[in-house]
Amino acid sequence: MKIENLSCPLPIMDHKTIQLAHGAGGQLSNDLIDTLFLPRFSNKTLNAMEDQAVLDFPGKRLSFSTDTFVVDPIFFPGGNIGELAINGTVNDVAMCGAKPLFLSVAFILEEGLPMEDLHQILISMEIAAKKAGVTIVTGDTKVVNKGSCDKIFINTTGIGVLESDLNIASSQIKMGDKIILSGTLADHGMAVMTSRDGLSFQSRVKSDTAALNGLIDSMLKGSNNIHALRDPTRGGVATTLNEFARSSNLGISLIEENIPVKSDVKGACEILGIDPLYVANEGKLIAVVSNEDAPNILDAMKNHPLGKDAVIIGEVVSNHPGMVTMKTGLGANRIVDMPIGEQLPRIC
Amino acid sequence: MKYLDEFRDPILAKKILAEIHKTVTKPWVIMEICGGQTHSIIRNGIDQVLPKEIELVHGPGCPVCVTPLEIIDKAIAIAGKPNVIFTSFGDMLRVPGSKKDLFMVKSEGGDVRTVYSPLEALTIAKNNPKKEVVFFAVGFETTAPGNAMAIHQAAKEGIANFSELVSHVLVPPAMEALLSSPENRVQGYLAAGHVCTIMGWEEYDPIAEKYQVPIVPTGFEPVDVLEGILLVVKQLEEGRYEVENQYLRSVKREGNQPAQELISKIYKITDRKWRGIGEIPQSGLSIREQYSAYDANLKFSVEDIQTNEPELCISGVILQGLKKPNECPAFGKECTPTTPLGATMVSSEGACAAYYKYQRMGK
Repeated sequence: MKIENLSCPLPIMDHKTIQLAHGAGGQLSNDLIDTLFLPRFSNKTLNAMEDQAVLDFPGKRLSFSTDTFVVDPIFFPGGNIGELAINGTVNDVAMCGAKPLFLSVAFILEEGLPMEDLHQILISMEIAAKKAGVTIVTGDTKVVNKGSCDKIFINTTGIGVLESDLNIASSQIKMGDKIILSGTLADHGMAVMTSRDGLSFQSRVKSDTAALNGLIDSMLKGSNNIHALRDPTRGGVATTLNEFARSSNLGISLIEENIPVKSDVKGACEILGIDPLYVANEGKLIAVVSNEDAPNILDAMKNHPLGKDAVIIGEVVSNHPGMVTMKTGLGANRIVDMPIGEQLPRIC
Repeated sequence: MKYLDEFRDPILAKKILAEIHKTVTKPWVIMEICGGQTHSIIRNGIDQVLPKEIELVHGPGCPVCVTPLEIIDKAIAIAGKPNVIFTSFGDMLRVPGSKKDLFMVKSEGGDVRTVYSPLEALTIAKNNPKKEVVFFAVGFETTAPGNAMAIHQAAKEGIANFSELVSHVLVPPAMEALLSSPENRVQGYLAAGHVCTIMGWEEYDPIAEKYQVPIVPTGFEPVDVLEGILLVVKQLEEGRYEVENQYLRSVKREGNQPAQELISKIYKITDRKWRGIGEIPQSGLSIREQYSAYDANLKFSVEDIQTNEPELCISGVILQGLKKPNECPAFGKECTPTTPLGATMVSSEGACAAYYKYQRMGK
């Protein structure tokens, strides 16, 4: 048989409209930030591209961060959009070592939202704020026409104070540093995905949503030699590590068999054809720490309930700068890439 | 996890690998048919640890990659119609048609939804009786029974607002087409384990015999793939060419007969164009006349489709195993998963995407 037609389609290079993938935390999100946002708002603090801004005032350093929550469904196994909105911003404020103190909360409510749902969400926000030791000091509410938003969107903004000499940022990452993950991967993302409409399978996977400022406190008591901290939310551990590799211009090398995933979560990922490295977490952190102090910090983490499964998953290396690789069980190496957009379920 | 961890066991995998190293004496070219196998090979780095004599080439077994452009353009046209809910497996949404992809239809207001099963699409049809619900039925023999079941159920329950846009392809005719091509280099096949789970492996006997190639239905975990390679290499070294089943826990000689009966009740065999390869006779499925009410091709008149497929990349050569993705001049430069030049770079099972994702360092 003669084979013809050795061709393929033109690429779709530039999107004329916003695609969902622009908000998925992967490569397209980065492109949006690099080409549209940064050129307009560029300044030293913003350009650091951390999850929080660190602001210097005479005698005080503040950590400042904001995040908007649009999760669907609004109630999922292990939590709801309200506690997620508290914990998410508390964590972003805390990931530079700051103590989170105050939050603002703004709601966009869709006409027709059951009052009972709102009530339940507020109760969990109250409990989550108490647990995290933060006070909600200002807020706003808007109601929009049915269809103009999906049930409820929440924005939270947080402020925290920073010990004056701490400098935890991805720019501090050094060759030889160890990479610690505070616990199992992908619990939140899979809890949400498996409870979405239309996915008709049962699972026991629960979200890990939690405020991590207490865990960070314990770690800092173990050692100040923490170079970078981040909570691997949207885009998962793979995205966070790629951001670290790029901003430090160093390589990151992971060991596949050290990466902890609960067996239920692994099962759900297998069925849906999704890689847990790219799935969102809401109660986990990645710490890049000095090689010498790694045992101390790991011990401190293991003694805290939110870090009991903490484990060293890899190290910072000088070869392949800007890139994350993983040693497979067979001893081969593969790239762990930045995701493009949303993870698509596989076809078969 | 049972049935998974034991087939990912690095110690067992290394044992089989050592056996392969011991067995091989000559260079051999082996093709893995299925995109799932390609991904397992690249993800686990199997190609990095095999003896240099063994060359793995990646087959056309990615349904997304071989779906012809006309059908993707047709899907995009139907999905853009006002009264339609268009449902599809997620992989198809990013494959570019001549002008746009299904994601862009969605962002323009089209109702495009990802489903995990055609039966979910049927439920959507039941819940939205005033809308036309179309399911994009692509894939190999693996997905055909489920897609056939959706039409069977729709007919049984009298759900008239459901239809399928069918572009099913069959694996054995493609394997034969590749072997009969004058440029063929393939000396042995790892056949696609899941396809064989449905269809069994009786239809491979005449192919193995006629072209004198070993064919081994193989699973997807590292231990499976290595075992499959070992079985093929043993046959090649001994001058045998038989069908030998590696995927024992899933594949029976006769396959899954109720599934096969359902497929042939709803679908008939037809000629089909494969993107990147061309038309292969008797290599596809389409809906039988008695179920034509569920054929989106007939239900929606989509005129004026002008496909535009300029020759920019070598995905066709890659799909036939004639070249490796990183031998393409555009690989990793003009062509990346964000800016794909070809379907092999788009689909998570495409060979180019697998290379890009896991192995572009130092190449």
